[in-house]
Amino acid sequence: MYAPGTTPPQGVWWKPAHRSEKIWFTIAFVWCMILFAMMPFWHLRGGQNPSGTRSTVEPTAFAERVQEFIDTYQVGEDNGIPLVEPPPGSDIYLQARMWSWTPVLRLRAGAEYTLHLSSLDVNHGFNLFPFNVNFQVVPGYDYALRVTPTEAGEFQIVCNEFCGVGHHLMVGKVIVVPADAPAAEGGDR
Amino acid sequence: MSDTFVGAPAAPAASAQAFRTCPTTGLKVHRQADALIKANAVVATVALLVGGISAILVLLTRWQAVHLLDATMFYRVLTIHGMNMLIFFILFFEMAVLYFASAVLLNCRVPTPKVAWTAFVLMVAGALLVEWTMFTGRADVLFTSYVPLRAHPAFYGGVILFAVGAILVTCIFFATLVVAKRERTYEGSVPLVTFGALTAAIIALITLAHGAAIYIPTFFWSLGKMNVDPEVYRLIWWGLGHSSQQINVAAMVAIWYLLGALTVGAVVVNEKISRTAFVLYILFISMASAHHLLVDPGFGPAWKVVNTSYFMYMAVLASMLHGFTVPAGTELGMRLRGFTQGIFGWLRRAPWGDPGFSSMALSVVIFGFLGGITGVTFGTEQINIIAHNTLRIPGHFHATVVGGTALAFMGITYYVIPLIFRKQVAFYRLAQIQPYLFGIGMTVFSMAMTFAGTFGVPRRHWDITFANAPFDVPFSPAVDLMIGIMAAGGLVAALGGAIYILVTVWSVFFGKALPEGDLSRASVPPGVYRVPARELPTEEVELREYGRLGVMPGTMILVFIFLVAFVVYYFANWKLLSFVWKVG
Repeated sequence: MYAPGTTPPQGVWWKPAHRSEKIWFTIAFVWCMILFAMMPFWHLRGGQNPSGTRSTVEPTAFAERVQEFIDTYQVGEDNGIPLVEPPPGSDIYLQARMWSWTPVLRLRAGAEYTLHLSSLDVNHGFNLFPFNVNFQVVPGYDYALRVTPTEAGEFQIVCNEFCGVGHHLMVGKVIVVPADAPAAEGGDR
Repeated sequence: MSDTFVGAPAAPAASAQAFRTCPTTGLKVHRQADALIKANAVVATVALLVGGISAILVLLTRWQAVHLLDATMFYRVLTIHGMNMLIFFILFFEMAVLYFASAVLLNCRVPTPKVAWTAFVLMVAGALLVEWTMFTGRADVLFTSYVPLRAHPAFYGGVILFAVGAILVTCIFFATLVVAKRERTYEGSVPLVTFGALTAAIIALITLAHGAAIYIPTFFWSLGKMNVDPEVYRLIWWGLGHSSQQINVAAMVAIWYLLGALTVGAVVVNEKISRTAFVLYILFISMASAHHLLVDPGFGPAWKVVNTSYFMYMAVLASMLHGFTVPAGTELGMRLRGFTQGIFGWLRRAPWGDPGFSSMALSVVIFGFLGGITGVTFGTEQINIIAHNTLRIPGHFHATVVGGTALAFMGITYYVIPLIFRKQVAFYRLAQIQPYLFGIGMTVFSMAMTFAGTFGVPRRHWDITFANAPFDVPFSPAVDLMIGIMAAGGLVAALGGAIYILVTVWSVFFGKALPEGDLSRASVPPGVYRVPARELPTEEVELREYGRLGVMPGTMILVFIFLVAFVVYYFANWKLLSFVWKVG
């Protein structure tokens, strides 16, 4: 005998489930295990993982590293923002603050870099347009991600974490140039 | 039937004066419970109104063709929208649900009316304090108020007061269960709906503990007395911010069972399965706070994988079970009541004109197909890279919290008006179309928003034309189209929301009282006068087997359609992810 969910069930209600319920439970359980397995699997085989190397850093210390990075590799200016061209394989720095990304990066397609992200003031969000690659940029934390640009072109960095009234002004830039002959053997495209 | 009472004083438990007997359901209703439900529901509706007006302003600003507000006002109104909808509307409504599921369903008194009213006053005072800081521009920090964005101390203080009040109400809920058991106001185990509300209350306690753990230090930080680490803030705050949405999930599922029972005599197919699913929520669902921290620098991959998967998707399993048992219970209830034609005859003959039923049906579908599938997909550690902080996220949670929870709450209101307020539902014809306007509007809105997000359109952003930014961001023309569709869907949903507020406020304050005796001519949902649960057979009935589809063939087909949609969307996102830059 069946009763609605508003009625207190009498006696022992721990009874065997219907066959249909058992079938659905089994399918749902197996699906949940597949969902779970996909994440470790992608760590082993996939090319996109948010792991990186994570450490704490004082905002002032990070600002100094960024300045040193700019001083070492600056090749020009873009819209008043320093333009830097670091060698493939190097550590590169991107500083977020209200309301700018510094510097503008010029990278090589197919080369791997270690990108350090941090903020000098509040939370910011790294969004690489148009690929839609997103990372949280938290003050006091250095998020070092190994990145490999796949193709040449000009890409924008949009801030996607609310950071005050000038949030919409916060757009940065990455220029990816084609891998030239000597660098090409390191590329894996 | 005497239903003229105004805040009856706390009378001794056994006094007949303290109770009225509901002529429809036969339940003994404690007048204090009645009054508390009314008070909380009214405040919830006011918050919904404030949140709704701000929703329209936010929508008309994000719709770049209109771009109504300036940047400062946009973020201020967005803060007001978030706090009023996600905290004040939802939690005041849930407080009403807790009183209903304990005192009313168990025929019990509210054990401590004075504490209950104190809690109500605390919650209202806290909410008013927060509203004051937001409206006066002292808290332009958005709903998440991420440290080190700084708001006025009264903002954090107001949230703390509100949370203390809400903790008191959950404790009163637990106390009511104890008193009901001791005073033997019911026989057997608590009903499934109460069990679901109990789940919501336990999750609420976990949630509010996180709220206290983060807002108290942040309050002192805002006074300059201590430091709060931004990443620790994010970790603990999401224990409040996401878990509070899990209270909604549990409360919403409880209301699905309740609406099923009231509108079509839906039965519980198996108490064990449904209750185990609720227990899985209690054990695992709070871990989903990690969904917001998947691309954060503070946590390693193992932590992210274990937490974001609710320890191997045990809470997803729970939702998939409820997603089966709710339609299955409806199908079985309809079949037992004689609607046995074919595989989907029960669905065709269901009372689609009953706003309680249509709300439940739409809520189940929107929550499952849109909210659930996108939520699990975006909450996958790596897929979050192409979802975090884009419009895909609000696209997801407007499907869960608005198309799911709020719509279910709206549906139950059409029964609360006659059963608790003892009023007819005003503008009943409008009430009948309201769930469709709201549900379909929200569906279009959420889908367009999610789709715009796949192009990388950021959430919480005043101007995606980036007019004065140093570099151009040339979004695809498809984004403009999607934002336009989103605006159209949002406005339809807002119309549905406005009708809801009109109907409820008019019914409660200016509506006609229920007539004595026969209610079939009154403008109330049909489940009120032709109680479907009474048409259920009282003896064992032989159910027809539809081959391998079993005794609930319609539900089996529906859940398999759901599974296919889930699998396709999930793997399509992995494919999408594989196209972006290598990162690790």
